[in-house]
Amino acid sequence: MTDVDIQLKVNGTVRRATVPPRLVLADFLRVNCGLTGTHLGCEHGVCGACTILLDGEAVRACLVFAVQADGSEITTIEGIAAPDGALSPVQAAFRDHHGLQCGFCTPGFVISATALLQENPAPTDEEIREGLSGNLCRCTGYQGILNAVRAAADPGTD
Amino acid sequence: MKPAPFEYHAPAGLEEAVGLLAELGDEAKALAGGQSLIPMLALRLAVFDHLVDLRRVAGLRGIERRDGSLWIGAGTTQAAIQRSAEVAEAVPLLARATPLIGHFQIRSRGTIGGSIAHADAAAEYPAVALALGAEFEAMSPRGGRTIPAAEFFTGMWTTALADDELLTGIRFPVRPARSGYAIEEFARRHGDFALAGAAVAVELDGPRIRRCGIGLFGLGPTALRAAAAEAELAGADPAGVDAEEVGRLAVSALESVPADLHGSAGYRKRVGAAMVARAWQRAVQEAGDD
Ligand SMILES: Cc1cc2nc3c(=O)[nH]c(=O)nc-3n(C[C@H](O)[C@H](O)[C@H](O)COP(=O)(O)OP(=O)(O)OC[C@H]3O[C@@H](n4cnc5c(N)ncnc54)[C@H](O)[C@@H]3O)c2cc1C
Ligand code: FES
Ligand code: FES
Repeated sequence: MTDVDIQLKVNGTVRRATVPPRLVLADFLRVNCGLTGTHLGCEHGVCGACTILLDGEAVRACLVFAVQADGSEITTIEGIAAPDGALSPVQAAFRDHHGLQCGFCTPGFVISATALLQENPAPTDEEIREGLSGNLCRCTGYQGILNAVRAAADPGTD
Repeated sequence: MKPAPFEYHAPAGLEEAVGLLAELGDEAKALAGGQSLIPMLALRLAVFDHLVDLRRVAGLRGIERRDGSLWIGAGTTQAAIQRSAEVAEAVPLLARATPLIGHFQIRSRGTIGGSIAHADAAAEYPAVALALGAEFEAMSPRGGRTIPAAEFFTGMWTTALADDELLTGIRFPVRPARSGYAIEEFARRHGDFALAGAAVAVELDGPRIRRCGIGLFGLGPTALRAAAAEAELAGADPAGVDAEEVGRLAVSALESVPADLHGSAGYRKRVGAAMVARAWQRAVQEAGDD
């Protein structure tokens, strides 16, 4: 099967590669780019662990072939903090509000919450629940995550 | 959980795309948003030697008024439909159905053409298209044709499209005055495919119903029209119609209702009847207030 040349921007860095078409973007990021923060849980679109930003929109990196992302801009969890390492408001809120335990689901949740708050900076609880319904967590029971997103949306409330 | 190897094609034009599909035959499949196809490839429920990516094909995206209809390009994402003020205004049922599809991370890639062509029995868009009497524009090497929604969904995951035919756009009738719309579904968790659901469109003419469209999903091998209930309602005075009776009638003729560990066929039928009754009530109320 013929490999395909692609070029895309990942966290601001241009990446060129020649990839087999069946390589999913999540594996491209983890293996070719060494960005292992994007986690793979189910590998068929159900768990949300692999969520990244593709041209600013949250998508499942296991449901995009790397060849389809040719020419696009990607932000992974590694690109969410400021260049000096300062945590983003969502990341800081996850730390402050016990939004994680084992951390496996966390990159996906942080990306989903970041995209959610970009589109809707003041979501209701209902909207937060709905926005995060595509991400699964086996540890926290979700309440810490909800508190974190609520706090990130309105840092003044606590 | 990795898809089997395949050859990748990314044609820039429609003619080239359908030409490739014709040449490669049933070893090739079109790839749009990938939100149904890639999971099937990953699980090896489907294997294709060639994927023809539609992302570069010009003319497949957009939302515009065309001779009294709202035309939506097959490659338009569900997210773009959700954000469109034009859709909310002209085709409210489609706007209300969209947030029920999966999650926003799915809708950012999933396309309307993919949803219609994939024709999952539990998907929202096919039922919406049936309720509204939408028309599908298709293109093959033999030329273009228009397929009414009522003739499109032929069976489980099968449609009237030939192997080398692509959907290019969907035409929805623009909402007339004194009409109302509702979609109701029951899913175990938000974002899951529904166990059963109904999309209802009601148009009034004076005190009577001019047209009522009822699309059912999750209740058969494919999305279905509740034709008996629709016929019964046309011309009726809604004040004299019992919503629960509409629900019962809509599911009465259903055969091969799916059954699995989430619900028996009988249970799904009862849920379906309740969804029809609710959607009917809300649609008729909106039409009356309009
Ligand atoms: C976790 C999850 C939850 C979901 N929940 C729902 C839900 O609740 N409701 C729902 O409706 N859907 C749901 N989906 C499916 C989703 O809506 C898909 O996006 C949609 O069914 C397919 O659109 P696509 O653009 O991704 O198509 P693809 O996956 O790329 O293609 C699907 C099929 O359509 C064909 N196709 C695509 N475009 C065309 C075209 N223009 N002409 C001819 N054939 C074409 C392809 O060849 C393929 O056979 C869910 C998906 C996931 C992963
Ligand atoms: S790994 Fe992508 S959704 Fe589970
Ligand atoms: S913190 Fe362990 S899965 Fe969410």
